[in-house]
Amino acid sequence: MRDAFAKEITELAGKNPRLILLMGDIGNHLFDRYRELYSDRFYNCGVAEANMIGVAAGLAASGFHPVCYTITPFATTRCLEQIRVDLCYHHVPVIVVGTGSGLSYASLGATHHSCEDVAMLRVLPGMKVLCPGDPLEVRGCLRAAVQEQGPVYLRIGKKGEPSVHQQVPNVEIGKCIVVKKGTSVCLLNSGHTLPIALEAAAQLDDLGISTEVASFHTVKPLDQDYLRNAFDAFQVIASVEEHSTLGGLGGSVAEWLSEQESVKARFMRFGTPDEFVHLAGDQAYVRDCFGLTPENIAAKVSGKVRRHLQTPLNKLSATS
Amino acid sequence: MAATISDLEELSRRIRFELVKISHRAKTAHLGGALSCVDILVAAYWAALNIDPAAPFAPDRDRLILSKGHAVSALYATLAVKGFFPVSELETYNQNGGHMPEQPSPGCVLGVEWATGSLGHGLPVGAGMALAGKIKKRDYRVLVVMSDGECEEGSVWEAAMFAAQHRLNKLMAVVDFNKWQATGRSREILALDPLKAKWEAFGWHCHEINGHDLAALVDVMGTTVGRSERPIAIIAHTIKGKGVSFMEDDNNWHYRSPTAEEVVKAAAELKIT
Repeated sequence: MRDAFAKEITELAGKNPRLILLMGDIGNHLFDRYRELYSDRFYNCGVAEANMIGVAAGLAASGFHPVCYTITPFATTRCLEQIRVDLCYHHVPVIVVGTGSGLSYASLGATHHSCEDVAMLRVLPGMKVLCPGDPLEVRGCLRAAVQEQGPVYLRIGKKGEPSVHQQVPNVEIGKCIVVKKGTSVCLLNSGHTLPIALEAAAQLDDLGISTEVASFHTVKPLDQDYLRNAFDAFQVIASVEEHSTLGGLGGSVAEWLSEQESVKARFMRFGTPDEFVHLAGDQAYVRDCFGLTPENIAAKVSGKVRRHLQTPLNKLSATS
Repeated sequence: MAATISDLEELSRRIRFELVKISHRAKTAHLGGALSCVDILVAAYWAALNIDPAAPFAPDRDRLILSKGHAVSALYATLAVKGFFPVSELETYNQNGGHMPEQPSPGCVLGVEWATGSLGHGLPVGAGMALAGKIKKRDYRVLVVMSDGECEEGSVWEAAMFAAQHRLNKLMAVVDFNKWQATGRSREILALDPLKAKWEAFGWHCHEINGHDLAALVDVMGTTVGRSERPIAIIAHTIKGKGVSFMEDDNNWHYRSPTAEEVVKAAAELKIT
């Protein structure tokens, strides 16, 4: 995903002279081509993220469209107040890019994990939160983000994530992309767990449970139109994300759901639990510990579908 | 016609009285720290900087960020007297539904370049504005007014390093060094001394002056920028509550607002007739 980001930002900078890239001393050689072409619009701000966000705000107030890039916890929670005050309160066009999100850097320990960032940034007024599902969505999301007049948070993975799309999708902020059609179950995915959601859907299909997968590349604003239809159409809907079930996509949908009159579908959340990781472990290991695997998702969802089908619909409506 | 020092002194007295009045009317705190930075603002707006109330968004205007947002009553009064909006509008200061909150919001009134209040934000943002000017090859200057307590924020020194690294020589930081912060003497809480050596060690030129000497303020703020590749720090030694004898160097005026009787006494001291 980071290579897709580097390639796309280099292409966009060629078309848009307002774009300026700030980074927090990360991405060895990642931006070599960008620097070669646009050296006057590239600043390594060092290990000083609060200043990087403030500088970006000052640049934005002076006509630029800055993009701030570093590892997610340092791009987000480290400098949360600068994002809140300098970017959101002033509503300036700055794109904050968190790389290596979620458990991408699992083996580096919890200082480098980011399973709270979406929760913290999405409550900031005016902030839009984008969590692309594959490298091509990273490019589509960045294209959409540079059209915005206010702050955007773009949450990406690291490298080597498989592509789900065939080409760069036309991303409309706030409108999810259905990447697989289905009729009984719907998995709402945000971020780089998209291949896991698709594999879980394939396993559910094999069990005879037709499963749709929607890529919620935008967590805020939430695609309420899709949710409204989906909760009336499917039996079970589940969110999938490499983020805490508190406050991320799952949390957002749960908030939305709490104000709906009555819906058909049951809702489940798959994400990280309300705890830090203390032991050594790579991304696959920690995902497995937290049940963020296709097998676990398929098993839990199919169980829910079976229980749901045993509950007569008339009983559901009588109690709702 | 350029303002004389005596003109500037009169403006300072007038602005001090305006903010004593609005602090009384609105019952707001932070009067001491507002009074301490008035001379800095007067020197900047009437002599050192290129700021025209008739063209508040001119691309080449100099920018002033009052990073010590708690002293914004001083900025509101300065902007009103300078002509950004009618002085009568100061009566709406901190009134419910009004445009002048106790700490500034973005675009609250013409002339406020940046909303502040949380300390340590102004210098990074000012550095960004100065960097934009450098990239676009514009000549405008950016002046950030900070409090001494504010210099305890780490983001100030992150920005100090950044500005020196990128030779932002149109950037100026003025520290309104009134020696007090919220609960006591700044030296007894987190000592800044040696402050000049700190700025110099971070790669800035640093001038230490009497922050109530208008001639010195005009000279340093108006003539030092751009002489070398370094940004300019100005340590302005000031007195909290300056201009009203019973408020001077008394930290109670970080919290209380003046009574009607005290406003009358202040008017006499400030030679307001």
